[in-house]
Amino acid sequence: MGLFKSLYKVLRDTGIITRRNLMRYVRLPRLLFFSSIQPVMFLLLFNYVFGGALASSIHVPGGKYIDYLLPGILVQMVMFGGVQTGIGLADDMSKGIVDRFRSLPMSRLAVVAGRTLADAVRNVVVVLIMIAVGYLIGFHFHSGPVDAVGMVGVAVLFGYALSWVFALVGMAVHDPETAQLASFVFIFPLTFASAAFIPVQTMPSWLQVFVRNQPVTFVANSARHLALGVPDGGATWKILLWCIGLLVVFIPLAIRQYQRAVA
Amino acid sequence: MNAFETKHLLKRFGELKAVDDVTLIAPENKIFGLLGPNGAGKTTIIKVLSTLHVPDKGSAQVLGFDVVEEPQKVREAIGLAGQYAAVDEFQTGYENVYMTGRLYGLGRAEAKKRTDELLERLDLKEAANRPVRTYSGGMRRRLDVGASLVGRPKVLFLDEPTSGLDPKSRLDIWQIIRELVQAGTSILLTTQYLEEADELADQIAIINKGKVIAEGTSDELKTQLGGDIVEFGLENAGDQARAMEVAHKFSKAAPSFNETTLQLAVPVAHGAKSLAEIAGAVSNANLKISTLSLHRPSLDDVFLALTGDKTEQPKSASTANRRPF
Repeated sequence: MGLFKSLYKVLRDTGIITRRNLMRYVRLPRLLFFSSIQPVMFLLLFNYVFGGALASSIHVPGGKYIDYLLPGILVQMVMFGGVQTGIGLADDMSKGIVDRFRSLPMSRLAVVAGRTLADAVRNVVVVLIMIAVGYLIGFHFHSGPVDAVGMVGVAVLFGYALSWVFALVGMAVHDPETAQLASFVFIFPLTFASAAFIPVQTMPSWLQVFVRNQPVTFVANSARHLALGVPDGGATWKILLWCIGLLVVFIPLAIRQYQRAVA
Repeated sequence: MNAFETKHLLKRFGELKAVDDVTLIAPENKIFGLLGPNGAGKTTIIKVLSTLHVPDKGSAQVLGFDVVEEPQKVREAIGLAGQYAAVDEFQTGYENVYMTGRLYGLGRAEAKKRTDELLERLDLKEAANRPVRTYSGGMRRRLDVGASLVGRPKVLFLDEPTSGLDPKSRLDIWQIIRELVQAGTSILLTTQYLEEADELADQIAIINKGKVIAEGTSDELKTQLGGDIVEFGLENAGDQARAMEVAHKFSKAAPSFNETTLQLAVPVAHGAKSLAEIAGAVSNANLKISTLSLHRPSLDDVFLALTGDKTEQPKSASTANRRPF
């Protein structure tokens, strides 16, 4: 088969699977409703519960916690979105749909790629809803539209790279509940022990060593840089390298796991 | 060219040999029945043939293509419908079949035409635009079979297509299977229902604990067990000893007695003649009987004789209407 023909097949099949996964939100609007309400709830809780106590220790132009918080909480939410990739694939496996797909003469990449892309689309929608709600409660971009789009891009790209990590996890455990539990074991320490919500210098020094060097801090600092114009200390190129690294390592691993996946 | 064949196929899961040295040859345009209880290895064989499992030893081919060497060629030739209906709950019946058609490589127009055709034929036309989660079990199973047919497979693998279905839905699926074979499809059908194999399969392999324990046509398997059986039912359980005495006189092998139904099964050499003689002897012995009949051995009898294992005997469709897990 020619290169163009196989490339066409990968794109066509990935498109079909992406559409199939997004169709779930169309058919079950309450799924989309609740998957957007949770991030909004986090945003409101963090802003009004922690905001008062934290406002004094943060340093952003204008000094409003919501400005500091929004880029960080976006990062957390795109990470939760990545977890959905693993849960969705585990669910498909447990229901036998992956068996059907694997018995078809379709692209070996499409099932996982179509799932990660659908979750990325969902992440974009969730991020836009959060920014809109953020504006209602006082958030605003301190930078131009290009940087604002850049912030969305960095956050969604990071969520996309993590999607492939969780795809591997989900297909390895092939059970939606276990996939969820296994993923959150990683997600919670990574998001809370990071610059996503709280300034790093307020943490104990031994913890700062970890926090300053882990990707969630990079993506949070990069998003904050793009939203607020504060210096990123090199976080943006570091997180881009992290995303490329994750994709290079985990796309082949996830595809290999898919080829072996049997319900 | 054979529809499919396996040679000394072995598949292990940890310590367990799920499929142990299985050699099968299925001619084209026939129904090959794989009959066995739960956990016998039927599904594993289908998963190897449909490229989902890689065999540990031995080989498997579909239409001459090796499942390990040329899996994409195999996938182009096959359709697979599983025990659980592998359809997407959130899409409509139409979307499920259409999507599968597109993934087989059909163009948009052809996929649409084929989907319309299949939904019509499977009696799902009216439900075509409803999400699958509103479908009944029988409808899902028909849809699953429909999705497996959309690419016009030359070889179709049906893994327990009727388990858990009500009698009407089972007959529907049987009819579809017969039509497919008439249209030139080769089918591998696994079942734990003896009647189903008897009714549909041109050739049957009986499998137990990963091994093929008998193979042949339904008639050949019944003949293997030998001749006819006279059965009679007792009215009083207390007559068992005397009845067995009578039975032994005419029996060419050990007669058996079912304590629940009070039925004696007597393997006989001369069919109707033996029936008449037994009737006379029963009457002379003053035994009160409720039934008396002559019949050829069923696949049930064949299976029991082969495995000697009552606990893992395949179900007969009339008594089993639960899903196997």
